[in-house]
Amino acid sequence: MKRWHVLAWMLVIAVAWLPLPAGAQMLINGAGATFPYPIYSKWFEAYIQVDPEVRFNYQSIGSGGGIRQISERTVDFGASDGPMTDDQLKKAPGELFHIPTVLGAVVATYNLPGNPQLSFTGDVLADIFLGKITKWNDARIKALNPSTSLPDQPIVVVHRSDGSGTTYIWVDYLCKISPEWEQNVGRGTSVKWPVGLGGKGNEGVAGQVKNAPGSLGYVELAYAITNKLPAAKVRNQAGKFIEPTIESTTAAAAGAASSMPADFRVSLTNAAGAEAYPIASFTWLLVYKDQTNEAKGQNLVKFLWWAIHDGQKHPAALLYAPLPAPVVKEIEAKIKQITFSGRPLLAAH
Amino acid sequence: MSGLTFAAAVLAICPLLLIFGFLLYQGASALNWDFFVHLPKPVGEAGGGVANAIVGSLIVIGLAVALGLPVGILGGVYLAESRDRRLPWLLRFVADVMNGVPSIVFGIFAYTVVVLPMRRFSALAGGLALGLILIPIVLRTTEEMVRLVPNALREAGLGLGLPQWKVSLRIVIPAARAGIITGIVVAVARIAGETAPLLFTALGNRFWHQGLDQPIAALPLQIYAYAIAPYDDWHRQAWAGALVLITLVFLASLAARVATRDRAIARLR
Amino acid sequence: MAGESTAGTGTADRLSLPPRAIGGSRAGRGDRVYTAVLLSSVSLVLLLAAGLVVALVRESWDAIRTFGFRFLVTSHWDPVAGEFGALPFVYGTLLSSLLALLIAVPLSLGAAIFLAELAPSWIRPPIAFLIEMLAAVPSVVYGLWGIFVLVPWLRDWVQPALGRTLGFLPLFQGPPYGIGMLAAGIILSIMIMPFITSVSREVLLAVPGSQREAARGLGATRWETTRIAVLRYGRSGLIGAFLLGLGRALGETMAVTMVIGNRPEIAASLFAPGYTMASVLANEFTEATSDLYVSALVEIGLLLLLVTVVVNGFAKLLVWSVGGPVRGTRE
Repeated sequence: MKRWHVLAWMLVIAVAWLPLPAGAQMLINGAGATFPYPIYSKWFEAYIQVDPEVRFNYQSIGSGGGIRQISERTVDFGASDGPMTDDQLKKAPGELFHIPTVLGAVVATYNLPGNPQLSFTGDVLADIFLGKITKWNDARIKALNPSTSLPDQPIVVVHRSDGSGTTYIWVDYLCKISPEWEQNVGRGTSVKWPVGLGGKGNEGVAGQVKNAPGSLGYVELAYAITNKLPAAKVRNQAGKFIEPTIESTTAAAAGAASSMPADFRVSLTNAAGAEAYPIASFTWLLVYKDQTNEAKGQNLVKFLWWAIHDGQKHPAALLYAPLPAPVVKEIEAKIKQITFSGRPLLAAH
Repeated sequence: MSGLTFAAAVLAICPLLLIFGFLLYQGASALNWDFFVHLPKPVGEAGGGVANAIVGSLIVIGLAVALGLPVGILGGVYLAESRDRRLPWLLRFVADVMNGVPSIVFGIFAYTVVVLPMRRFSALAGGLALGLILIPIVLRTTEEMVRLVPNALREAGLGLGLPQWKVSLRIVIPAARAGIITGIVVAVARIAGETAPLLFTALGNRFWHQGLDQPIAALPLQIYAYAIAPYDDWHRQAWAGALVLITLVFLASLAARVATRDRAIARLR
Repeated sequence: MAGESTAGTGTADRLSLPPRAIGGSRAGRGDRVYTAVLLSSVSLVLLLAAGLVVALVRESWDAIRTFGFRFLVTSHWDPVAGEFGALPFVYGTLLSSLLALLIAVPLSLGAAIFLAELAPSWIRPPIAFLIEMLAAVPSVVYGLWGIFVLVPWLRDWVQPALGRTLGFLPLFQGPPYGIGMLAAGIILSIMIMPFITSVSREVLLAVPGSQREAARGLGATRWETTRIAVLRYGRSGLIGAFLLGLGRALGETMAVTMVIGNRPEIAASLFAPGYTMASVLANEFTEATSDLYVSALVEIGLLLLLVTVVVNGFAKLLVWSVGGPVRGTRE
């Protein structure tokens, strides 16, 4: 081979190793839910100040992806807002922990001229997504929004095309409200939608709704606000029409704190409480109880500890609700159970 | 009738002008120094760039070339020089078939043989997937270019008493060198824009990669992620990234065409 | 092989025919090593190709065993219940590709005839160049353009107009989403046009001059010559060119995924969203949560591979029937 070939190879190899001398950081990979992606991406950037030696690379591919990738151990941690089923947990090669990180709200967002503030009830939403209510000026929608002029236009339903915890939260709520939904469609991170277009990720759904007049979709609250999309009020179990906010999301978790199951897999939808927003949920990071790499395990555990304490001052700016204090205590205990070769990783903290 | 066919030809070109025009119009505003040298910012914050995606693309392409170049060139030389009937026919058939395989299928293959056993997404897996796309292109172009070398050169070498392998390595391949490089450039231009095979091999990375066995960013992946997101700033960056990508691809294809045309004309004279 | 034909010219003695190029009777050690190296890379390519098929079959075996033939003819794609029927994807792939062909073939054929037969020679290189540059545009860029330019245009102008004028046909009914089968078909047609044009052009150029001369000799006009002598002679090759375009359209992933609407359902209307085999792989592969789900997706990948191989193989045969093996693969 000629000289310039050798030079070319040296160039390629040099480029490949280039960033390493600049700090030789440890890279910890995670993947999963798009629901908390805004807050996670903020956290990972902020954590660089806390520990410049570690980088967290998070790919927001949907909760389904997070569950699958952590089960196959192709990432170091997963993220999901739909809790793993017992079957999925059994299939994983080790015991997986659900670590709650923040609370979020799933909102109905839409694209109508004039951006009116609409109110819905659960059964109207279920019927829209079942395809039984097809027009914006349907009598039932008008009855809930008497002072708004609704166009005589078809409703373009937008749902998720990928495996999604946001979907899980949404359909979990619809299942509790509508027996027809529960029977015909059911619950899961990916369901057989009776009608609608599919968007990839919360981003995709928000993008779709933003671009297409007459659309109605469901997204995490942060995605609606940052894209200047409206969020509908929904009637809760107590009968009040609640706007999705940090307060109403926190109210939804208030009841759950006292009856939290040991593995944190709890559903907050249709929560009791006068001010509770009915479509709220925890979102979890999925980590193995027994870590296979000590250094990574250490850093992961340190990050989790930071996330549930110092990290909790960030969610509010992005419209996620921080964890209730009693829950934080229980999570602390859980994090202390994460081990490497039998030794708890957080002992020296 | 001529008029109709002329109209057809013009219509066929219109989309190109439309696409390039829109890219320029939408993307040029986001092209600044930051765009090329900075990392992406967290969600919702404006600014940031695609530096890691550009470097990542270069690395994955480099890996693909490392895999595909030797295999493709040697295979192409074989096809051009061999007197056998069956094996070259089989190789040619397989290469042509591989050329038509949707690139996402290569991505699935790389996932099953690299990502799963290694238990992580990596630049290596992405390189393998792209390398598989590269091999048949380099193979066939090399064959074509080596065939174009006049037999007189081969005969002269043999007449001087050189063994066959020296004739091939020292005379024939260097003579076809420009054409072979052109073939590589064309193949690289093709894989530079591939997104699907990287979706579940390289995965993507918001930071600099930390080694070849780690997920890595790539320009087409970043464009895709930004395009389907709702943030206007990301849309602008998607247009800009697409503009950069398409400019590089065009330049490479253009250079390849110019090089081949000159060489082919010179040879056939 | 093309090389052989030039070797026979000149004096017909032993020296003008080079001895067996590989492993000839006077092969020394250098030649043996050289041959071994060449053959090992040939084997590597063949092994990789074989490995591809083996890996796909192995991963999809679960789904093949569980669903059998049902997989191809049921439309129920329900990951929650573990029911996987791939018919909507097959339908979507076929419909979007056929729609693309419908739009692209007249334009490509027209452009190819123009370039090969009717255009003045000074205009051929720039137009041919521009059409080939279309082939170099990456799929994701087409998708980007599709989302922000084509889809709004369809949604706001084209689909309402079509609905008003041709809405009595089930093909043009339904709300104008913009996103959907029509958008996918249009984008695909733009993407395959350069391929069909360039291969058609080569087919037309490969038609022997004698055919044209014969037609002219009988008094045909320029267009009649083209129609009678060239097109008819090259007919099978042209069909091959169209099939090559089809093969390309079948496997196209990114641009289609971005505009088709991601809805696994069979609908009569072109306005409706749909799903293709390649798109479902792009969207759902990283997150299929059960082994059967992954296996079903890999089976779709296998199907896609088989369909494209068959279509492309058939196409190549047709193209070669006119002018011999098409040179190279500069696409």
